[in-house]
Amino acid sequence: MIQTIRWKDLGTPARVSEKTVDLEVDGIAVTVPDGTSVLRAAAEAGISIPKLCATDSLEPFGSCRLCLVEIEGRKGYPASCTTPVTEGMVVHTQTTALAKIRRGVMELYISDHPLDCLTCSANGNCELQDMAGAVGLREVRYGYDGENHLKAEKDTSNPYFTFDPAKCIVCSRCVRACEETQGTFALTIDGRGFASMVSPGQKQDFMDSECVSCGACVQACPTATLMEKSVIDMGQPEHSVVTTCAYCGVGCSFRAEMKGNEIVRMVPDQNGQANRGHSCVKGRFAFGYAKHPDRITTPMIRAKITDPWKEVSWDEAISHAASEFKRIQSQHGRGAVGGITSSRCTNEETYLVQKLVRAAFGNNNVDTCARVCHSPTGYGLKATLGESAGTQSFDSVMKSDVVVVIGANPTDGHPVFGSRLKRRLREGAQLIVVDPRSIDLVDGPHVKAAFHLKLRPGTNVAVVNSLAHVIITEGLENAAFVAERCDTKEYAKWRAFISEDRNSPEALEEITGVPAAMVRGAARLYAQGGNGAIYYGLGVTEHSQGSTMVMGIANLAMATGNIGREGVGVNPLRGQNNVQGSCDMGSFPHELPGYRHVSDSITRGLFENAWGVKLEPEPGLRIPNMLDAAIDGSFRGIYIQGEDIAQSDPDTQHVTAALEAMECVVVQDLFLNETAKYAHVFLPGSSFLEKNGTFTNAERRISPVRKVMPALGGKEDWEATVALANALGYPMHYKHPSEIMDEIARLTPTFTGVSFARLDELGSIQWPCNEQAPDGTPTMHIDEFVRGKGRFVITEYVPTEERTSRKFPLILTTGRILSQYNVGAQTRRTANSMWHDEDRLEIHPSDAELRGIQEGQWVGIRSRAGETVLRARITERMQPGVVYTTFHFPESGANVITTDNSDWATNCPEYKVTAVQVEPVTQPSEWQQRFKRFSEEQAELLAKREAARA
Amino acid sequence: MDIKRLVGMANDIARFYTAEPDHEVALDEIAGHITRFWDPRMRRALADHVAGGGEGLSDLAREAAKRVKLPVGSVL
Ligand code: SF4
Ligand code: SF4
Ligand code: SF4
Ligand code: FES
Repeated sequence: MIQTIRWKDLGTPARVSEKTVDLEVDGIAVTVPDGTSVLRAAAEAGISIPKLCATDSLEPFGSCRLCLVEIEGRKGYPASCTTPVTEGMVVHTQTTALAKIRRGVMELYISDHPLDCLTCSANGNCELQDMAGAVGLREVRYGYDGENHLKAEKDTSNPYFTFDPAKCIVCSRCVRACEETQGTFALTIDGRGFASMVSPGQKQDFMDSECVSCGACVQACPTATLMEKSVIDMGQPEHSVVTTCAYCGVGCSFRAEMKGNEIVRMVPDQNGQANRGHSCVKGRFAFGYAKHPDRITTPMIRAKITDPWKEVSWDEAISHAASEFKRIQSQHGRGAVGGITSSRCTNEETYLVQKLVRAAFGNNNVDTCARVCHSPTGYGLKATLGESAGTQSFDSVMKSDVVVVIGANPTDGHPVFGSRLKRRLREGAQLIVVDPRSIDLVDGPHVKAAFHLKLRPGTNVAVVNSLAHVIITEGLENAAFVAERCDTKEYAKWRAFISEDRNSPEALEEITGVPAAMVRGAARLYAQGGNGAIYYGLGVTEHSQGSTMVMGIANLAMATGNIGREGVGVNPLRGQNNVQGSCDMGSFPHELPGYRHVSDSITRGLFENAWGVKLEPEPGLRIPNMLDAAIDGSFRGIYIQGEDIAQSDPDTQHVTAALEAMECVVVQDLFLNETAKYAHVFLPGSSFLEKNGTFTNAERRISPVRKVMPALGGKEDWEATVALANALGYPMHYKHPSEIMDEIARLTPTFTGVSFARLDELGSIQWPCNEQAPDGTPTMHIDEFVRGKGRFVITEYVPTEERTSRKFPLILTTGRILSQYNVGAQTRRTANSMWHDEDRLEIHPSDAELRGIQEGQWVGIRSRAGETVLRARITERMQPGVVYTTFHFPESGANVITTDNSDWATNCPEYKVTAVQVEPVTQPSEWQQRFKRFSEEQAELLAKREAARA
Repeated sequence: MDIKRLVGMANDIARFYTAEPDHEVALDEIAGHITRFWDPRMRRALADHVAGGGEGLSDLAREAAKRVKLPVGSVL
């Protein structure tokens, strides 16, 4: 899959139309969809018309006048980028008159352009240079002494790209990219005529402007005006490899543009089916962590966590780990060990870890970080619709009329989907936001929510019930859909429940804090506004009623018939790149791959045959149960691949106590993360750039991850698992991850048609992919629900036990921001920290004033679980009574304060609701002081390893 | 296992089913949920606790806990 660098730019975007148009370009007959530009039609016929301001990712603008053509029967020289084709049109692209005009245009451009082509960073990949060549420019009659912009100052404020106005040809591709592709509107063309110049915001630096550093403008720029600093430093790349982003659940496709084994830049792939050529600051720019000096690339072991680390060979580390696991099992029982798979790792790697646990450990004690994020999605959607996954493609949103965003912040958490959504909203779709905070979508540039239900944290289910109540009692349901597609007995039960007065918005107003009239308005809009689609995030799942809420959402979609076609559906916005995949691969203690319960003897038989071992029919321990069992002594060893439970899981002090109680903690990771500080064996992990495999994104899309450089630690992650299984006495013989995928396909009905070869062919595949759907399934539940009839579930609102009191009068809720990713292990090791270098506590001005808190002051945040100290940010985004923080930095200890309350069905922690008190303080919390000491000790134990090596 | 935690978990599950109009269905659903999702040592600990009076369990949870299937054929 090695490719050349340039892709063919067809000039203007593709048009979709049932009607086609026949025309002739330079004597060549061509047929294109109605609405296509002459420029694109020519390109499709293999004819390149010179162009500068047009590019196929943006709507044409018609400003450079280079793409002029002659059309028989028409006067003058129309611009081919803005002229749509018509039936029978005869176009000439190369005539003497056109050549003269084009040369004249180029001459003007070049007369105001520095002629430093040989030393320019775009040399070899510059459209201006190409066009000068294409039009045969040989002289510039105006000379270079006239008024020009050659002395304009460079803006290097952004850590990843520079802006050199001297090279700008004011084609406005960047401005349009920022508007159309990204939806941020950070750039403008300032001034008119000769004086016109591109400018971020109010003539600010990029860093001080609204720019979110998505890089769309850099990609669109035809010159070196906007240029990646990495290209300036390293020069133009020479080959590229298509791969998939390892950050969020959007799963953007990228071309890793390389020079040998070095990445020069990441460019979102135009053919990417999830991202359609767009990306965010993380995927495009924040890949430098892969080569960060903190990477640990040699295996290490130690007997106690107070011992210095000792570097050893892979063989020694693996055999030590295996013998420890075997010792623990013989002394404390087969169930005394387990494993954690990672949503950061590939499907193949995740599959192997769960296989190791089930086949080599001989128990089902395997879990994954989805436990703490979307496990309620799996449970709730399976119970109602029959499949533990979202129902749509990202493309589907372009056909939605009403979009409901619940407990998600797409512009920060899932930025590329956020941009798609904003585009659709600008086209006229309506938006309903259900969130305690005023997220950016509520009132952004050219986007405004019709309703913002600013509920109290913890009252989601009350809100979803009241929405359903309005739909049912006002007769807005889609009765025909329900009668045909759903279990009518369950529906009748649910209908009686939801119609009860206690579920009306008026009755619940007091609890939710949302005015009843607003709930009624939102319910009517969703039910009657055309295609209604629901998108939701961790603000739905991370609650004591997370699973209930997911089922409430499914009820709402079924009752209104908003499921089973494009433009509608129930769409979980998955947090991590491969959280969907890690769940699909059987990472849960009760399920084999493909969401089949371990007690199902037929499925078990299938795996027993293939794996050649007897499998345990009882469910294993979930992560929180493992931790409890560690404290009571019945669980003593764990293999953790690519997870950092000491930072990401709730009630940190409980987690670290459990880790401390274990006898063998094996951590496989890129860095010595917080969990690894409690480990006895450290196995070097490999980044997504160092291995082959697949990730599955939030739309069930399986995308290839391709190796672009050798594994720094010498082994890809799956190879380490294979070695560990072999040392445990359970042989695994894979030579390449494709063989692991072949095994998955053989054993999982929804994956039957998936293979690396098919992925190469199709680019990506949305499961189910099998005989019925050989190319995959973009939209699910079309004629029938996966479970047969859709099942309505009664969703009683049960207030969380985490209540505010006099001692803890505020509610803390947690979230994330654009530039940092999750526990931050990757993004903190990049320049992304320039946007966010610490976690802060957001607090409403009135709550701050009451406590005498000033902006930027240190405040202590105390809950029933613990205390930490952060600096305050006073903002009206919060509602009074609610405070907010992110958890990207370990020293913040956000999870020291979160409690062990969890979802009733899945034990997904209730991160979104913690009762706290906040007050000004002068020093870090006791936990933070201990944390600092412990981290320093561990750093020393690591440094001793280096000393020994020296 | 920390029995207080298990009691809390069982009560949380039971609470979800309080709105189920059919008591028998509620009991089966709660017991089924625990059987399907709890590891053997957790189910045994809950059973022992119920045998000893089931302190802290809600009425619904206590009644349902008696229907939780204990592992057979498991070596764990
Ligand atoms: S910065 Fe680049 S894309 Fe923007 S107007 Fe100038 S040349 Fe065109
Ligand atoms: S990087 Fe993105 S947000 Fe910033 S100006 Fe360019 S297109 Fe706009
Ligand atoms: S972090 Fe998400 S949105 Fe950003 S580039 Fe990666 S997959 Fe795309
Ligand atoms: S490319 Fe058509 S006017 Fe610029």
